Amino acid sequence: MARSRVSRAALLLTIVASLSACTTAADEPVRKGGVITLAGSTSLQPFAEQWAEVYHGGRIIVQAGGSTAGIKAAEDGTADIGMSSRSLQPAEMAGLTQTVVARDGIAVIVHAANPVRRLTLLQLRRIYAGEIRNWRTVGGADATITVITREDGSGTRDAFQQFVMGEGNEIATSALVTAYSGGLRKMVSQDPGAIGYVTFSQLNTRIHVVAIDGVMPSEPAIASGAYRLQRPFLFLTRGAPTGAAKAFITFVLSDAGQRLARAQGLAPVSLE
Amino acid sequence: MMMIARGRAWVASARLSDAMIERCLLLAALSAVSTLALITLFILREGLPVVISEGPWAFLAGVKWAPSRGAYGLLPMIVGTAVVTAGALVVGIPLGLAGAITLAELAPARARKFLKPMIELLAGIPSVVYGFIGMEILVPFIRERGTLGGPGYSALAASIILGIMVLPTIIGISIDALEAVPRSYRDGSRALGATQWQTITGVVLPAARNGIVAAVILGMGRAVGETMAVIMVAGNAVQFPGSILAPVRTLTANIALEMSYATGAHAQALFATGIVLFVISLVLNGIAGRVRGSRRDVPG
Repeated sequence: MARSRVSRAALLLTIVASLSACTTAADEPVRKGGVITLAGSTSLQPFAEQWAEVYHGGRIIVQAGGSTAGIKAAEDGTADIGMSSRSLQPAEMAGLTQTVVARDGIAVIVHAANPVRRLTLLQLRRIYAGEIRNWRTVGGADATITVITREDGSGTRDAFQQFVMGEGNEIATSALVTAYSGGLRKMVSQDPGAIGYVTFSQLNTRIHVVAIDGVMPSEPAIASGAYRLQRPFLFLTRGAPTGAAKAFITFVLSDAGQRLARAQGLAPVSLE
Repeated sequence: MMMIARGRAWVASARLSDAMIERCLLLAALSAVSTLALITLFILREGLPVVISEGPWAFLAGVKWAPSRGAYGLLPMIVGTAVVTAGALVVGIPLGLAGAITLAELAPARARKFLKPMIELLAGIPSVVYGFIGMEILVPFIRERGTLGGPGYSALAASIILGIMVLPTIIGISIDALEAVPRSYRDGSRALGATQWQTITGVVLPAARNGIVAAVILGMGRAVGETMAVIMVAGNAVQFPGSILAPVRTLTANIALEMSYATGAHAQALFATGIVLFVISLVLNGIAGRVRGSRRDVPG
């Protein structure tokens, strides 16, 4: 008898604990005077934290959860500013004001020994679709192309899909998949036949960047839009930004804010 | 009288503290079990909706996995897991059995004292280290061999790494099984004029068969569940591998790769992948337990 009473009590305790855990899973944003909440893109999160650290106009809380969650948070008001590292689809735009706070270029990379230094957008698309399989076709050595991509759901892949593949063209299922920019870079640096893509800030000297349609990714080329393979980093507010949110966005767009973004490898919103 | 009363009080308080300890232990045991129950409930709650909305058959037998386009077919990953696990057993069973027989039957006691802890140490190496070695040495080796080729990240690379990783499981449990065979079996066989090798293959191995089968199945469970090392060397392409040199994605890799940005139905589909894994490991453990338990039926 005693034993079963103990077990019943323990069971009840765990059930209650699990229920209360469920209901408090989504943190409510704190919104007192001067405190603003940012939520969304994990790509934007580190930069937002940098801005928040330097900003003196009030307390900033940064929560990550992905661009889609950020757009939703801005729409339903659970965050003052939603962060998105991808362009909004038409259905998502209703009622939201978008502010581009920085631009992130996506660089196409190959092995340092690969003689191919430029590709057209069409060639790149056909390589990723699995239609071009040998480097010879695009002016390189007679070697099989090892196509490497990011995992489904990654913002970098989203942007690549959008600008390179376009609607209806899919990345070949035979492409190698990795979940880390750093890991992808390493894979490319090891395999002479490899091609991959990483964000501009992830470049290093052990790999080579390929010009797309004759344009190399660079800060000015990304900011001016000449290099098309890029994604906007967006702050989203319900209606025009006001009050504390407006003050923070103004800071982010100021010289100081943009310089910080540049130091982290992002391209500024516009070139002064 | 005083003494007796004091003694009684002492006994009573000892009984009380006994009962308290018993209850504390019971509570601890229950919390362990209820954790399992909660995990089960949680993955079912998170994963089942997408299985139901997609239809279990479309989910398990669908050939296309593209969550951003609403396609949730797990079959390529189920096949990938099967291929890599089978490959791991091809590598692991001969090595494991040879190791177990050597250690249990052939090696002198001194060598055994040295070798057995070494094999147990294999189990203590973190899987990311296996993966890293695979990525740095095995993958380039496969890629650069003319007869092999391909991107290097492949079912073959994953099979070899996993084949080594299952060794401690297979060897450890097989040794237990071999050691459980009564000494009289070996003596009887030798007395009839059989050589040591004939005794091992004709008497000891058949007698230990169930334990060895259980060892292999538990090794299989280890291979199915391994994640990090596999992600690092398998290439993770969502496709049916055309050869062992082609990249594959396993069920565990699918969850670990895509969890960081998955939301909504995509996240549910990853939990549903977890349900499939859960069922597989439940079945494997069940079979292993049953095979192992039935050893008592062997006459002797």
